[in-house]
Amino acid sequence: MTICFLATEGLVPWLAKLAQNYRVFAPRREGKAIIFRPWKEGDKAPVPLKATVAPKGVMFPACETLVSYKTTKDPQQLDKVSLTLKAPVKAEPTVLFGCRSCDARGFVALDKAYLGGKFKDPYYEARRNATLIITHTCDNPTPTCFCTWVNGGPASPEGSDVLMTAVQGGYVLEGISQKGNDLLAGSGLPDGSDKLNEARALRTEAAKRVTPRKDLSKAAERLKARFTDMDFWIAQTAKCLSCGACTFMCPTCQCFNITDEGDPASEQGGQRLRSWDYCMSPMFTREASGHNPRMVKAARMRNRVSHKYWYSTEYSPDGRFSCTGCGRCIAQCPVSLDIREIVVKAIEE
Amino acid sequence: MSVLTGKELRIVGFLCNWCSYGGADTAGVARATQPTDLRIIRVPCSGRVNPLFPLKALLSGADGVLVSGCHPRDCHYSAGNFYARRRLELLKEFLPIIGINPDRFEYTWVSASEGQRWQQVVTAFTDRIHKLGPAPRFKDAEPIYDLPGALTSLVRPLDCGGNPALDELKQQIRDALADGHLHCVVGWQQGYDPIHATPLHMRKPEDVDRLIWGPFNIHSTANMITQLIKEAQDAAMVGVKRGDPIPPAKKVGVVVKGCDSKGLVELLQEKLIDRNAVEIFAMGCNGTVSTDRILAKIGNTAARVSAVSGKGDTLTVTADGTEYTMSMNDIAQDKCRACKMPSAKVYDHFAGEPVTVAEDAVPEPAAIMAYLDSLTLDQRMGFWKGQMERCIRCHACRNACPMCVCREVCVADSREPHWVTQDDTVTNKFFFQLIHALHLAGRCTGCGECNRACPVGIPVGALKMQTGRIVQRLFDGYQPGTDADAIPPFLGYEVEEKNIPEHHIERA
Ligand code: SF4
Ligand code: SF4
Ligand code: SF4
Ligand code: SF4
Repeated sequence: MTICFLATEGLVPWLAKLAQNYRVFAPRREGKAIIFRPWKEGDKAPVPLKATVAPKGVMFPACETLVSYKTTKDPQQLDKVSLTLKAPVKAEPTVLFGCRSCDARGFVALDKAYLGGKFKDPYYEARRNATLIITHTCDNPTPTCFCTWVNGGPASPEGSDVLMTAVQGGYVLEGISQKGNDLLAGSGLPDGSDKLNEARALRTEAAKRVTPRKDLSKAAERLKARFTDMDFWIAQTAKCLSCGACTFMCPTCQCFNITDEGDPASEQGGQRLRSWDYCMSPMFTREASGHNPRMVKAARMRNRVSHKYWYSTEYSPDGRFSCTGCGRCIAQCPVSLDIREIVVKAIEE
Repeated sequence: MSVLTGKELRIVGFLCNWCSYGGADTAGVARATQPTDLRIIRVPCSGRVNPLFPLKALLSGADGVLVSGCHPRDCHYSAGNFYARRRLELLKEFLPIIGINPDRFEYTWVSASEGQRWQQVVTAFTDRIHKLGPAPRFKDAEPIYDLPGALTSLVRPLDCGGNPALDELKQQIRDALADGHLHCVVGWQQGYDPIHATPLHMRKPEDVDRLIWGPFNIHSTANMITQLIKEAQDAAMVGVKRGDPIPPAKKVGVVVKGCDSKGLVELLQEKLIDRNAVEIFAMGCNGTVSTDRILAKIGNTAARVSAVSGKGDTLTVTADGTEYTMSMNDIAQDKCRACKMPSAKVYDHFAGEPVTVAEDAVPEPAAIMAYLDSLTLDQRMGFWKGQMERCIRCHACRNACPMCVCREVCVADSREPHWVTQDDTVTNKFFFQLIHALHLAGRCTGCGECNRACPVGIPVGALKMQTGRIVQRLFDGYQPGTDADAIPPFLGYEVEEKNIPEHHIERA
């Protein structure tokens, strides 16, 4: 394990050095929001806070072109049309800088959907392989954070390549994966082993500030039992607006829609796009016939909660929840709907 | 200017079938020379021209858009152009807020016999667009990511000390619930911490114990009313067999602040809800707060709040073991700073005394509008570009809006018509906001819920405020949601419009 020390004033120069070889994403403030944006030399130091929107877009963009296509008419024989298809799988070397442990763990949950099983998603896979994740261990858990409830923690190394912890005068960088260790080994940064204990102590302090843990080990079993308890779901969902805030913010929500846009005969051609979709929308399950198996929002909420705390425990080899406890869906929900409350109630009542 | 010079610009014309298209034809038959930049789209009537048509053209690269119909009082369908006149004037005055020069859009009237007038109109408009040159594009604009933080003054002193009539209100609701004629009553309860309230659906008298009233009741209760009415109707139909008489549905109860009541009144004005389907519980409001401003005062967005108490204008917040005091002047929401109607005027029960604001008090214009007004057109385009870049298309802004009743059949999700695609370009995302704003013209009550709901803090409400300012000017201070008997301006017309000039092209 390579451990380095990065002095506070050395952060921006180090990022500038990284930016020469990588596309760097880092959080910055825009209005009240904190958003991951490409970081370029000359930019300010990234904001050391949890971003408003999880950085999942770095691997799984809000919208991407899967295939572009174009038809061309043969001028000699106008009924003869040829079709050209392009499916570019591009991934530039990327550094995701300054995400939180809950964000990095989110990618582990996404991997299950995009890399698990027989078919791997080439677009996701390419970006995942080309990306190095430098996680800023969390020093100020918010009231909505509950990473420790779902087997994570403010300094969980899962999903990260490098863990970075703020200490007196700078940061301790700790290589986690091979990629991360290689990066640090070649970074020219001084050794930071002597500061590791300080970093560890600070992390333990931070973990204590996470909202006291509730036992969710019975979640899957109890949600299963609740599946047909519609009164429960209706009561829990009454205030929900059926928007996409909770799912789009979430580091583990993985659903998408595929649409064809544009005219293949035009100059620009047509594109098959993949874009984020959300199970809280009534459109999500509406069939072409008009029938909708999840007609009411209670059924949609049941899906979101059950997926995270029950279905995923069945389809993931390690039985993990597909919620990392980042708390975004609580903090950013326009009606402050609290997913913790639903799960806890489902277990208790 | 002609094709031959190779300097044509992209000008789109929407001409009504009965007059202006005929006028253009007359000009053609008379071999009147005309510039050739204009691309004509024939529509049945100028009343068919959804303001989104010109807007979409302008956003997609048109340098100018011209709409022409029959002269007022000459419409083939009697009144189509009267409706058009109001909408198109709205559009024209709306354009500057998004950074588009309003001179790039014009509407006028040309009859089928007026070949010569058509020639003048096209020539004048084309000249005007050529003087302006190719239109600036969103993709070239310099993005602005920052937002103004200025606070406007309070139109009256606000108070966070709670309302002494809360017990009376609770009793009214308990009695009504016990009577059994209500499906539920929507109010507020404490959320996951003391500075976050969350909506409360009271179904049994004991649920009322959780009801709160005060500075954290920020959510609009008018927002879910159409959904709840439907729910009540569905509940009434349970067990009803074909041929049975349809039983009456229970009423939906709703607790309202002044601004919430405006939403209900606007829905009543538009006949989207029936007055008998709702039971309104009102109380005077002394202002609500912005949780972001509270956290900013504490200086830590991760602050753990364990208690709050309000006394008069001062809120005391205990966070991480420390007490912070703050004044409503620093933490009140923008809308409350300017609110002139803190008490509902339409209600079934009123608890305590109504709170009023002096009739002649003049609110300071919203900070965001003053800021946008101070920018140049190019900067405004850059502003929206910078803000919309972070839009994640969650549509919380739409779903939080009490007037957005389409919800499940919103054009944002429709493939036919295909107003917006799934592409996440700024213009595509922004176009949805423009749809929302124009669909809210003359209807937006200024509840600010779209702004508040946006998880990434995009001030989309400013677009609606712009429509509000235009509506006030055009229709003598009209305020949506304040008079249940008033006809919303875009659902009506005057043969002689007081504040809309008739022949715009002449002002070119
Ligand atoms: S839970 Fe909140 S964020 Fe999620 S859909 Fe409902 S209202 Fe929107
Ligand atoms: S479900 Fe909510 S708390 Fe869990 S990972 Fe997603 S956004 Fe975070
Ligand atoms: S806008 Fe008026 S009625 Fe609404 S919360 Fe603010 S002060 Fe109260
Ligand atoms: S709420 Fe904000 S992020 Fe969501 S669609 Fe509206 S403007 Fe975009």
